[in-house]
Amino acid sequence: MSSLSATIQEIFNEPGCAKNANKSDAERKKGCTKQLQPGGAAGGCAFDGAKIALQPFTDVAHLVHGPIACEGNSWDNRGAASSGASIWRTGFTTDMNETDIVFGGEKRLYKAIKEIINKYNPPAIFVYQTCVPAMIGDDINAVCKAASQKLGKPVIPVNSPGFVGPKNLGNKLAGEALLEHVIGTQEPDYTTPYDINLIGEYNLSGELWQVKPLLDELGIRILSCISGDGKYREVASSHRARAAMMVCSKAMINVARKMEERYGIRFFEGSFYGIQDSSDSLRQIARLLVERGAPSELIEHTEVVIAREEARAWAAIEPYKPRFAGKRALLITGGVKSWSVVAALQEAGLELVGTSVKKSTKEDKERIKQLMGQDAHMIENMTPREIYTMLKNAKADIMLSGGKSQFVALKATMPWLDINQERCHAYMGYVGMVKLVEEIDRALFNPMWEQLRRPVPWDEVAKNRQKAIAQMDAQAAAVAADPETTRRAKKVCFCKEVDLGTIEDAIRSHGLTSVEAVRQHTNAFGGCCKRRIEDILAKMPASSPLAMLQAAE
Amino acid sequence: MAIVTTPKKACAVNPLKMSQPIGGAFAFMGLRGAMPLLHGSQGCTSFGLTLFVRHFKEAVPLQTTAMSEVATVLGGYENVEQAIFNIYNRAKPEIIGICSTGVTETNGDDVDGYIKLIREQHPQLAKFPLVFVSTPDFKDAFQDGWEKTVACMVDVLVEAPVGAERDPARVNVLPGCHLTPGDLYELRTILEDFGLKPSFLPDLAGSLDGHIPDEFTPTTIGGIGVDEVAGMGRSSWTIAIGAQMRRAAEAMQAKTGVPFRLFERLCGLIPNDEFIAFLSDISGRPVPAKYRRQRGQLADAMLDAHFHVGGRKLAIGAEPDLLFDLSSMLHEMGAQVTAAVTTTQSPVLERIGTNEVLIGDLEDLEELAWTRNCDLLITHSHGRQAAARLKIPFYRAGFPMFDRIGAGHQLSVGYRGTRDVIFNIANLVIADREENHQPTPDSWRTSRQPLKPSRRSFIASTEESIA
Repeated sequence: MSSLSATIQEIFNEPGCAKNANKSDAERKKGCTKQLQPGGAAGGCAFDGAKIALQPFTDVAHLVHGPIACEGNSWDNRGAASSGASIWRTGFTTDMNETDIVFGGEKRLYKAIKEIINKYNPPAIFVYQTCVPAMIGDDINAVCKAASQKLGKPVIPVNSPGFVGPKNLGNKLAGEALLEHVIGTQEPDYTTPYDINLIGEYNLSGELWQVKPLLDELGIRILSCISGDGKYREVASSHRARAAMMVCSKAMINVARKMEERYGIRFFEGSFYGIQDSSDSLRQIARLLVERGAPSELIEHTEVVIAREEARAWAAIEPYKPRFAGKRALLITGGVKSWSVVAALQEAGLELVGTSVKKSTKEDKERIKQLMGQDAHMIENMTPREIYTMLKNAKADIMLSGGKSQFVALKATMPWLDINQERCHAYMGYVGMVKLVEEIDRALFNPMWEQLRRPVPWDEVAKNRQKAIAQMDAQAAAVAADPETTRRAKKVCFCKEVDLGTIEDAIRSHGLTSVEAVRQHTNAFGGCCKRRIEDILAKMPASSPLAMLQAAE
Repeated sequence: MAIVTTPKKACAVNPLKMSQPIGGAFAFMGLRGAMPLLHGSQGCTSFGLTLFVRHFKEAVPLQTTAMSEVATVLGGYENVEQAIFNIYNRAKPEIIGICSTGVTETNGDDVDGYIKLIREQHPQLAKFPLVFVSTPDFKDAFQDGWEKTVACMVDVLVEAPVGAERDPARVNVLPGCHLTPGDLYELRTILEDFGLKPSFLPDLAGSLDGHIPDEFTPTTIGGIGVDEVAGMGRSSWTIAIGAQMRRAAEAMQAKTGVPFRLFERLCGLIPNDEFIAFLSDISGRPVPAKYRRQRGQLADAMLDAHFHVGGRKLAIGAEPDLLFDLSSMLHEMGAQVTAAVTTTQSPVLERIGTNEVLIGDLEDLEELAWTRNCDLLITHSHGRQAAARLKIPFYRAGFPMFDRIGAGHQLSVGYRGTRDVIFNIANLVIADREENHQPTPDSWRTSRQPLKPSRRSFIASTEESIA
């Protein structure tokens, strides 16, 4: 049994990975990804990757050896589907406590394995190593070996403490565990010349079942799917397959390549996303099987099926094309989806404004260039803020990504579609492609967007009202600023609140000369204001009402 | 009075519990412009992040110090320093809240010491709010992480008041982590109706209620500001909700002299009577007519629902304060708390109206519910598999609730919240009866579990009483 660090070095040396093979020795030692940045990193750890890769084995008990965080925070979070067994959905963990940290958790682990076998009796148990037990030196390999011997069940150690690296490395560590402890340990009941393995296919939302009927029709048997809807016995006897398809980019390339090396199972990298890709994959499978001795009619049969399915799918997509004309999509995903989905979207008539290539390999990028042309907008590293601004300014009409970045689009009130692991629709194969187009259409043309993007009307109402008030205030201020008006507004008779202007007008228009007369023509009281009215009369030039009228005319 | 027991299993199956650090990070999410930071490997953060996103359906700020294998061996000073710097420069937060994890507690990182050193070496960070809480994964649970973190916020961020000047209208509210943003809004409304000016610490209603901000921000949007927290010592009262908040309330009193009143629960008629009476007392105002009316509605809801809820054998799995809160209310409605499972120790557990409370997992809850013939299951969304196998009605309560939307607005406090909970549970029971328990001519002969004598007699007696 090799040590963890030796295994990791071996993964970094993976000759099947062109990117790694091109690096210098020193660089290769550093591994696949750049050093993670504290305070700027996102994404899962190696344990996460290992668990994701293996959990879709449905009849296996997945036991996480570690404190509650690793399983308690994460179980029951994947939408893989099972055609039968359901034990994979049960969360098992040793839930290590302080005492275990001090005295070691190996005994608890052994007991936990025993309990699971007594209570649930699964065909096998996968034991995942996490950071804390790795630090205190729990030897899960030894415990698993002892448990296997004593309890008579395969107990598989998956050595994947989170701190050794990112999710992607974890996928490969999971693959190593399968290679070392599982694959080739059992024999299938029977074999056919049409047996294939699917590697890196997780049957999310039951996607695999959209493709399986086509394979069934061609007589092709999925001997083992690693790991969607998988069974322990299938993967243990998967070494008898004739060919293999590596579905999800390079996540499990070590499994595909080492199976080729050990058992002569030729493999190719393919995808079932998009019409062309589905057809290509079916062709490749048929070709590889024929090369390994399957009757050559298989190729013709395959072409017949492809022709029929393509025609159906194109017909189903046709009505959407005019609706999608001029609509631009932004694709934020990784790995193989960065190009396989590009192809799918272009088939539906969407324009691609960009695709992220953060997790893509060199070949992935080449393919993108082929599909999108030389000026392909490949996004290496875009911050959420940049994506938000891009969407807010309507540089794209829809974003397709994984669940964690959905709010960047939604909060910019732009349509978003989940194409990652938590999605609830299956987009694989010809049927899935049509479904994807339907969903994009549904997202793009939801009448809700128009309502949500409208400005709030009461903001406008309030603004107008404020404007009106300001205008009135301004008028009042202008009035106040005129000295004549101010002079005339001066109160003369305080009891009756009669101002100077009123009194002057009365004097002028009626030619008044006495306080008494003023009293008769206005509301002035003539008590305390008697002196003030007298003053006004004295200052006013004597004028006749006639003259005033003439002047007015 | 319940006896608290722990099972002797080596393997937890279908965990009910979640880890302490994310409980702490959750508390930091109730501060304005905050970035919670977990000091551990990437997975510690990414699992928590996914969990929060699935529950709230919101963008959630949460960062990691991304501890590698080497850093774990050599100590995490550089990772903490870099993380703080990167966040400080990029996200421009108003506060960074740091929680340790299992990894960094096992290798014994002295983060308090690190922070001191970082402040010394980088003068621009000398006054910047950094709060560190020790929250190892291998101890305690989600609720404890929240409890410690809020107490720590009080210790670090609240300033001791200068002089004796207090604002009689100002009150501090320290809500437990079992309250939703919807609950906090309800509490705010109630307090403001009494003319009080509440400061919630933390205020998840401000940050995780699902509003659409005008600008994109990588930190929390909304929540209580650090400046407002600093001034909490000038309030006249502190109201703590949930037994978990006693620690923070005591810290507040010790530091500022503000007296506190702890309400262990706010779901149910009597607890709300006490709450409203207390508010009337401290504000010197009569109870607004609105609450008289709401109280009447709750009383009526209890009358209408007791036919359906009464006699139910309840299986409930939740963190201590939520468990105490909901089970007590349903107990008062005539349900029997038949199986109770929780995650961590708490003084309220022994006061739950049942014989035994188990600190365990969902497998334990399912087993108990099965053997004791429970006919109503309450727990978080992870209980859905158990409910399907048990074929009994399932009410989702607590965190996480990832398979339904609107979790952030589920209401259970106040007269109105209690009324809603009662209606929702009663309707579940009614729907279940209509779907699965329609009598057939020979259902009495074939039914797997005959109605227990106790339940039959209860139904018979209530039917007699209304006849």
